[in-house]
Amino acid sequence: MAVIGVSTTHNSHPANVIYTKNHLRYPVKTYAVNPKGGLLNREPLYRQVEDIEGDVDMAVIAVRAQFVPGVVEQCIKKGVKGAVIISGGFSESGNHELQKKVTDIAEEADFPFVGPNCLGIYAPDVVDTFFLPGERIVRPKKGNIGFVSQSGGVLVDQMVKFAGQGIGISLGVSIGNKAVLREIDMIDWFENDLETRVIAFYVEGFARREGREFIRRAERCTKPIVVLKAGKSPKGMAAVSSHTASLAGDYRVFSEVMKQFCVAEAYNEYELTTFCEALSCYSKGIRGNVGIVSLSGGHGVLAADACSAHGINLPQITAQTIGKIRENLSMEIRQIASLTNPMDLTGSCVDGDIEISVRHLARDENIDCILTLLLPYSPGISADIGAKLSQVARNEGKPLIAYVPHEDKYKIIIEGFELNNIPVASSVEGAVLMAKALKRCRPC
Amino acid sequence: MLSESDRRIIEASKIRGWVLEPQAKHIMAGQGFDIPNFVLTDSIEIAGKFLRNAPGPVVAKAVSEKILHKTEFAAVVTGISDEKSLEREMIRLKALEGCEQVLVEEMVKGLEIIIGAKNDFQFGPVVVLGLGGTSVEIYKDTAIRMAPVKSADVVSMVDSLKAKRLFRGYRRAPGVNMAVLGHLVAKFSSLIMDLEENFQSIDLNPVICTQDRCVIADARIMLVKGS
Repeated sequence: MAVIGVSTTHNSHPANVIYTKNHLRYPVKTYAVNPKGGLLNREPLYRQVEDIEGDVDMAVIAVRAQFVPGVVEQCIKKGVKGAVIISGGFSESGNHELQKKVTDIAEEADFPFVGPNCLGIYAPDVVDTFFLPGERIVRPKKGNIGFVSQSGGVLVDQMVKFAGQGIGISLGVSIGNKAVLREIDMIDWFENDLETRVIAFYVEGFARREGREFIRRAERCTKPIVVLKAGKSPKGMAAVSSHTASLAGDYRVFSEVMKQFCVAEAYNEYELTTFCEALSCYSKGIRGNVGIVSLSGGHGVLAADACSAHGINLPQITAQTIGKIRENLSMEIRQIASLTNPMDLTGSCVDGDIEISVRHLARDENIDCILTLLLPYSPGISADIGAKLSQVARNEGKPLIAYVPHEDKYKIIIEGFELNNIPVASSVEGAVLMAKALKRCRPC
Repeated sequence: MLSESDRRIIEASKIRGWVLEPQAKHIMAGQGFDIPNFVLTDSIEIAGKFLRNAPGPVVAKAVSEKILHKTEFAAVVTGISDEKSLEREMIRLKALEGCEQVLVEEMVKGLEIIIGAKNDFQFGPVVVLGLGGTSVEIYKDTAIRMAPVKSADVVSMVDSLKAKRLFRGYRRAPGVNMAVLGHLVAKFSSLIMDLEENFQSIDLNPVICTQDRCVIADARIMLVKGS
């Protein structure tokens, strides 16, 4: 990788940050480029990218905007395979001509680049073109979410949220002004990327008719897609002359079309994080008929309220299912457990009671997803409950979602689920949102 | 597909920016859509004869290049059942600005819905379905889909409305014929794909739906400006 625009005088220049962190901490061979040449921290500074002896897979361009066209031409001549253009000063500041010039040069030579005006890409353990000092950012582990953001700031912030929930990413891309590589290209790229199971986008807006193309590719894509749209409020909509134009504002159209084609639209960052976690475990949608197993009546009611608010249905459990569960419950709770939906097994239940309930709910044809609200304070719950329930869910083949308070002391339970690919929410509403994610992605 | 005469209407209307109601209905009728029997005239005698032969009350509307939103000018009169009132209203309507002819048509009773189209910047033509009438913008109970849609999609559109029970039949009011509605919306969604280069938005409002028919009682086509 070549980093073009490294400064000989300012160590905190974006190019220097990028060069230093990749050179020292990532397995990529990194070359620094500056027309002055010489040495930088005892490593050679190349005068131009063409002087680099070896092949260059990617160039990170962080020179001033007016020099970018020339640098791109040099990269093409050298045979560089693609670039990340960090530099700002293009369309975002009204400089459309300059952006078009760079785009034309690149497209003519079939030279893909990300940006300009972006942070570029972050691939855990491989490469990181963010010009943010490594010690300042929170990096999620390697995982299976591909995240594409028009805003670099949102990408970095979302990475913090992913890391906080223990969600890993396969690749994070800040596409900035998206002059060449755009959301629609990223769908195709992630579709073919074996590491990625969920594709998530932060979108500010599409170009003319680009939304239609996005949908066309999303329809072909076999992986679930999550979208967070910014700019939901109408910006002083001009007086419109027809009812339809006033009813179908830009955001409403966006939102309804995403729903029509089963792209899961997250309403905020919290939903985005939760949707990604749920869909990375289950890529198949549900109709939205959920059965709830709780250890406390209150949690069951809270979950039922959240289900109602999010359009999730709590169907009746069949008499046959209730009968099977009741006869297998431990003696302590057989008479006191409430076997409606949501089910309340009470604080006196033991692991086996929850296993029985989840197993038979999974076999109930009215139910297509199970939420289990686990309160690890209950004395009858063991540290193995996560692993045990995961096994039940796997055998029965229906999606299971767990709520466990995210405290360090319950980590063993959470890991029991997560290592078995069962999503765990840190709040009751989060668990319901995970079910909502699956409902949003139901196959049309 | 659009006929030659439809294309001529659209080209000729571009200066105005929108298509007059009788011409918009002509385009809809050309698609095989149901529009009420009508007469377009400035003659009180002809209008009177139409009323005598009509099975029930009629509606009279001013047709004017100057009037886009007819209710704002009181340019629509519904429920006219005797010749005296018809004559009085005809005289009043003809006095409105730019009104040369009056559209007198049979009045259909049923559930008033809106079927609309918008040429969206990001997604192209989208179709809108909801409860209609003059208060659509108050309730904003609509479903939106990217065109074209299939008639099966129309069922899911109706199901997503708060007013779905009115479509299915509520209390003693009969519901809407979903097969007819599905066919109409699906075909309308193909029409707007054909019109993609020309239109900005379309209101079919109200479309009056009964157990047998979906009748387009008013149609407004807003065209792309300046092309």
